[in-house]
Formats: sequence, C-alpha cells, structure tokens
Amino acid sequence: MHLHRFHGGLELPGHKAESTGRPLLPLGIPHLLHVPLAQHIGAPAVPLCAPGERVLKGQRIAQAEDYIGAHVHAPTSGRVVEIAEHPIPHPSGLSAPCIVLESDGHDQWTDQGLEPWTDWRQRGARELRERVRDAGIVGMGGAAFPTAVKLNPRPGKRIHTLVVNGAECEPYITCDDTLMRQYPEAVLEGVRIVAHLLNAERVLFAVEDNKPAAFQALAAALPEDEREFIQLVSIPSVYPTGGERQLIRVLTGLEVPSSGLPADLGIVCQNPGTLKAVRDAVVRGRPLISRIVTVTGPGVQEPRNVEALIGTPFADLVAAAGGYAPDVNRLVMGGPMMGFAIADDAVPVIKGTNCLLASRPQDTPSPGPLMPCIRCGECTRVCPANLLPQQLYWFAKAGNFDAIQDYGLFDCIECGCCAVVCPSNIPLVQYYRFAKNEIWAREKERQKADLARERFEYRRLRQEQEEAEKAARLARKKAALAKPAPEGEKKAAIEAALERARAKKEAAQAEATETPVDSPDRSDL
Amino acid sequence: MRFQTRTSPHLVPGHSVGGVMRQVLYALVPGTLAMTWFFGWGVLVNVTLAVLFAVGFEALMVALRRRPVIDTLSDSSAVVAGWLFALAIPPLAPFWVLLVGALFAIVVAKHLYGGLGYNPFNPAMVGYVVVLVSFPREISLWPAPQTIFGSDALGLLQTLQISLTGRLPDGLEWDAITRASPLDLMRDSLVAGQTVDEITRNPIFGSFSETGWEWTGNLFLLGGLWLLYRRVITWHIPVSMLLTLATVAGLFWVIDPGQYASPAFHVFSGAAIIGAFFIATDPVSASTTPVGRILYGAGIGLLTFVIRTWGGYPDGVAFAVLLMNMVAPTLDHYTRPRIFGHADDRHG
Repeated sequence: MHLHRFHGGLELPGHKAESTGRPLLPLGIPHLLHVPLAQHIGAPAVPLCAPGERVLKGQRIAQAEDYIGAHVHAPTSGRVVEIAEHPIPHPSGLSAPCIVLESDGHDQWTDQGLEPWTDWRQRGARELRERVRDAGIVGMGGAAFPTAVKLNPRPGKRIHTLVVNGAECEPYITCDDTLMRQYPEAVLEGVRIVAHLLNAERVLFAVEDNKPAAFQALAAALPEDEREFIQLVSIPSVYPTGGERQLIRVLTGLEVPSSGLPADLGIVCQNPGTLKAVRDAVVRGRPLISRIVTVTGPGVQEPRNVEALIGTPFADLVAAAGGYAPDVNRLVMGGPMMGFAIADDAVPVIKGTNCLLASRPQDTPSPGPLMPCIRCGECTRVCPANLLPQQLYWFAKAGNFDAIQDYGLFDCIECGCCAVVCPSNIPLVQYYRFAKNEIWAREKERQKADLARERFEYRRLRQEQEEAEKAARLARKKAALAKPAPEGEKKAAIEAALERARAKKEAAQAEATETPVDSPDRSDL
Repeated sequence: MRFQTRTSPHLVPGHSVGGVMRQVLYALVPGTLAMTWFFGWGVLVNVTLAVLFAVGFEALMVALRRRPVIDTLSDSSAVVAGWLFALAIPPLAPFWVLLVGALFAIVVAKHLYGGLGYNPFNPAMVGYVVVLVSFPREISLWPAPQTIFGSDALGLLQTLQISLTGRLPDGLEWDAITRASPLDLMRDSLVAGQTVDEITRNPIFGSFSETGWEWTGNLFLLGGLWLLYRRVITWHIPVSMLLTLATVAGLFWVIDPGQYASPAFHVFSGAAIIGAFFIATDPVSASTTPVGRILYGAGIGLLTFVIRTWGGYPDGVAFAVLLMNMVAPTLDHYTRPRIFGHADDRHG
C-alpha cells in the first residue's frame, strides 16, 4: 500500500520496551472507587443511584441525558457511599462530581445487564449503535468522545472506510500495543462489528512499525479471506501519526478539511481499545468498566501494563508497577508530549486514561533560561499542521487575537513538537492554549455583552414606548381640557368629571376655607 | 502523594540558542583559518578584537537594560556577530575600525532594537556598512594574498602594532603590501575599458577568482555544508541566493562575456559564499517561512549582482542583506504555508 507523508513531525525515542517487557496484570478491586460522572467529552451523566444504595457490577449508575454524553456503570458491586465532588484527572486540577463506591468484594454482576449478541450480523446499525451507547463507550485513545456519536455520521455522509488507529505514536504509551498483542481476535471482532455498523467497504488498520509484535499478532489472527477487506498497514513511527487527521493523510493522502470531520471524506477513525470495548459490549454484553493502562516512566520501579477498573486510584496502579522511584516528582496522565501533569495520585482511572508516566527531576531537567525567539524556524519545520508557530507565538504574546486566528491558531493540535525543538525553551503550546482560552473567553463575553445589549435596547424601547404612550395620553387629556370635546359621549364624561371636581372643590373649600385651592383637582381626570 | 504540575510537553528541548550559535562558530573555524593562511595574522587579530569589543558592548548593554548578564552572554550571539563582522574587515585595519563597527553592530543594531531576536537588521552587516561608508580608506586596505609564512608576510607582533597604531613599520608602504581585491580589480578595470578576458589574465586570478579568495570561500562552503548537515540552517536561503547570483550573472555573461564576469567568479569572489551560508541565514533578520526564505535568498543574490555590476561598491552582499532585511516581514506575511486541511493558501 502506498503511504503518504504529513508535514513535519518528530522521530522521538519510543521508550516502549520499558513497559512491554512484563505481562499484562489484571488489578484487584480497590476498596473505594471514585467514578466521575464526566469522563467524556460532553455533558456529565446524571446519577441513577443514591447514597447508601447497593449497586451491582455493570449496573448503570449514571445516565447520559444529552446526545453527546456517555452512561456510567458500576465497575464492581458494592454500596454507594456518596455522590460528591472529588479530584479527577483533568488538566484543570479541579474536582468534579463522582459516585464513590465502596466495594463489597463479591464483584457480583447485575442480572439486568446487556444481553450478549452473538448474532450481531443480523442486527441493524441503529440497534448496534444503541448498544454502544448503552455500554457507555467513549474513544479510548485519550480524547474520550462518545463512540455512539462518532458512529452516527450526519445524514448524507456515506462512510466507506474504517480506519483503525493503532499508531500509538506518543513515547512510553503501550496500552494499545498490549491490547493488540493480548486480544487480537477481540479487536478484529470489534473491527468487524463497527465496519458492519457503518457498512464500510474497507478497513485500514494502521500500526506503527515500532510495534512488530502487535502487527504479527493481528496478522496471525486475521483469516486469509478477510485480508482484502481488513488491510493491516505498517506505518512509519513519526510523532504525531496517531493524530486522526495525520493518520488519514498517511493512509489515504487526503486532508480532512480544517472545519470538517473525517466523515466528510467518508472515513471514520477508531482506536483498537474502543473496538475491543465495542466487541465486549455487543458479543458479551459487557459495559465499559475497565481498561488497560500503561504505568511507565523512569519514575516507577517496574513499568508495565495493568488492566484496571474505572475508578481505581492511580496510586494502586503505581503500586502494581513496583511503586515509585525514590525521587519521583512528576506524574503525567497520557504521554510526554500531550499528557497533563497530575497533582495528586489519589485521582481515579477514567475511561480515557491510557497511560501514567512518572518521572524524576533528572528525566525532565529544568530547561535552561527562557530566551527570545530567534525565528530559527525549527517549529515551522516540525509543525504537523503546517503552521508558523513562531508567528503564532508572536501574536499570542502581543495579544493580537485577530491575527493569530488568521494564522490558523485553531488548526493547532497542541502536539508539542514546536516546543520540544525550540532552542529558546519557549513553552509555545502554553501560549497557544492561552490564546485559545482568551479567544473563547472573549467570545463568551461578547455573547454575554450582546445579550445584555439586547436586553438594554429592549428595555429602552419599552421605556420609549411607555413614554410615548404616556405623552399621547397626556396630549389627549390636554386637548380634551382645552376645547370642548366634539362627541357627546366624551363631552358628557368631561362634564361629569368637571362637575365632580367642582363639587369636590366646593366641599374642600367649605371644609377648610383657610387652604385655598388654585387649581382644579385633576386627580380623577 | 503530591506532584508538581507543568503543562505538556514533558520532554526537554534538545537544542539551545547558545548551542546553535556555537555550531555557527565551529563552522566558521576552517574558513577563518584559510583566510588567516592567505591574508595573515591580521585576520585572527581582527576576529579576536571584534569578538572582545562585541562581547564587551553586549555585557554593557545587558547590564544597562538590567537583564541577567551571564545568561545573556552565554547565548554566544555577540561572539557570532563580532566574528562575522571581523571577517569583513581588512586584516590590517586599525583597531578603532573594529571598535566603531562593534559599537554599531551590538549597541545600535541589536540592543537599541530590543536585543537578540528583535533586531530587524543583521547586526554584523550594520557594523560593517557603517565602517565601510565612514572609513573607505581603511576598509579598502586588503593585503595581497600570500601564505602566512611567506617571505614578505608580516609577523604577529608587527600586525598587532599596525592594528594598534594604524601605522606601518618603517620601510613598508601601504601600496607595496596591499592590493585590490578581485572584485575591486574587476570593477575598476571594467570601468577603465578593459574586457573581462584581459582582466582575468592578470596573474592574481586562479581558476575562478583569486586563489586566496577561492580557498577561503571553499572552506567557508565546507562550514556552511556542515551547518546544513547539522540542521542549524536550512537549504533555502544559501541555495536560492547562490543560484540566483549565478543565474543572473550567467545570463549577462552569456550575452556579453567581455563586459560581465562569469557566474563562477561571482560565486567565488568576495562575500558570496560566507554571505550565503553565514550572514543571510541569520534567522532573526531573515524571512522565516520556507517560500519566504527562497525569495529572500533570491533577492540577496540579485541585489548582490546589481550592486557589484552597476553600484558604487565592489561587493554588494552587505547592502543586499540589509535591503532584504527590510523586506523580510512582508515576505513572511505573503508566503504563509498552506495550513493542513485548508483547501489552498488563503492569502494568495
């Protein structure tokens, strides 16, 4: 198969062997599990259980109310302790609502779970998609976008190609590698189900060439007569080939339009872990309650891959990897290029947790003093989006948010290549995040201001109308007073009113002659 | 357990500005040694003095601007600027020429514009052009190339003495030890009505240009190729500059070989090679987009030819670089690469 190139990228040391040397270790059930309600892109799920309630393994404990959302299932059986804010693995470091589950140690499955479907080929796309949603499946490559949504292309978008993203291009991460080696049949079955669901004509299964064992395992598990339909493709190990758009470019030579989706090209891209989860949901009726996580880096004693329940604290995973190295000082969820540092290892594994990377000060030494940009252009050379990072930096620094958007800020995928090659040690990605957030914040402000202005203008309009009405009323009254009304009815009314006023006046004068009244009482006119 | 939080990426950059600058310095060594071999100790004296002056002015300015002096000096950019400036100065020039040049390069062209990364003009070329237009006599005194150990060669002490006093030792005359450079000779003789053929029959000419200049150029070329190999510079500027210079020179040469020097003469004379690899490639003042760099290099090549052929100065690299420095931001603006996923260049 003829492969293509994308601009830029980096050949980084893989550091894959550290964690693939030891077998996959299924972790036990922790005593307390913190299961966040928002583990995915989209609205948080709404709890279906109450504190004190006993829940069973696989039971849906929180429900996605929005289309873009994912259900949450109990990873084991036990008692709901509370539903409260706890720290979750998120770049903000903030807390978010979690269902805290105290395991009862029985690990008892619910009997009201999903029915295993061995006859999935007889089922329609809608039914299968519903199953994917019921199982709470999200993209397991890290982005955690609800898979059922991704498998439901907009009307009129015909999907002809399913791309399986087994690139795993970030250094250190080997959870997909492990999965493909360990469960090649299950992954391929997931491929078949999703291809069937999408009615795809072909499947391109891409694996970076630094994972020959995974490639071999898949090749061995793939029947001869299916090789036309499912093509295993070994692709060069260049970071960030695993970016969806970069991978599609490598495999097909096509570029997903900047403001579009792969579906615009008739392509849907899925991670092998997601496909395995789809297969487990369909064939075995299992919701997504566990995943493989790589625990690696020079900051842990025995790097390896573990299979952990969602909600297991990071600390348990590290303990399973032999514990920390003595002087560990950084724990990252994800890879070294795009992962984010975690402040506390009490946070739980979520559906998007692919890797825990621990490092020591000497592994990520403080990068020399910050120097001015010398416009060397290295960042331009490595940018996979073909941007001009040095110019974006300039505009971000100057707060020139119009120019920075014109230069394609929102095409930046924050892969980090530019920052890694920068000789001036400029944290470029931080500047881009800052600019993006600033623009979003301004957009929100603007919307708020628009709303406020609309409200104000409406209020002013209303007031003007009221003023006008008042003035009109007044004018009518004045007119009525000034000249005798032409119509009898009105005249009679005015006469009557004047009569009343006169009577009142006389009464008042009679009552208190010492308080003269200069004007007629107009209160009832 | 608590950890420090930093944002991604969590890998440490493998390069540093100081590292990049030092690679440039290493790449300058062979050419500088060749130049010393052919033009005498004065080359090394000039480099040493200019670097000292440049670093001194840099330290002064950084201190005045209340920036960390040691951190800033460790980027070695002042050394590069001083060194490149020195290579443009005749080996027997008095020390104050270097002092004035370094002052304008570092104080005016660099720090008054905001220091490293902010200077719109190449500091070394600003320094050179200032002394070129201010002290034409001192700047024209190029010694005749010979080997450093030749019978007429000046010793290190004599050279130092000339540099410090500006006077020749007794018994030596400027006319006797200096000689017009090939570019000077070519220009003046053409003006005097000689043909290129007659001029190049002059024994000072080697195969393309003068032997000493040729070898100096070859070794700077070697350093430049090493910079390319080390990815300190990209091919765009040197290739487009030399190619344009050769093409335009070739065009005129083909039309009238009697009046116009050969492309090889242009490429291997004066500052063309060192300019293409070391001066035009100064990233701060050059264009930064790939296409912009090609145009930028081409502009320098073209202007160099124009100034050499019809201008008032024998060599035009320095002026060409400074003129193109002015254009660089505009080039960057109009040569943005097509962003991934965009149909075509939105900016024409």
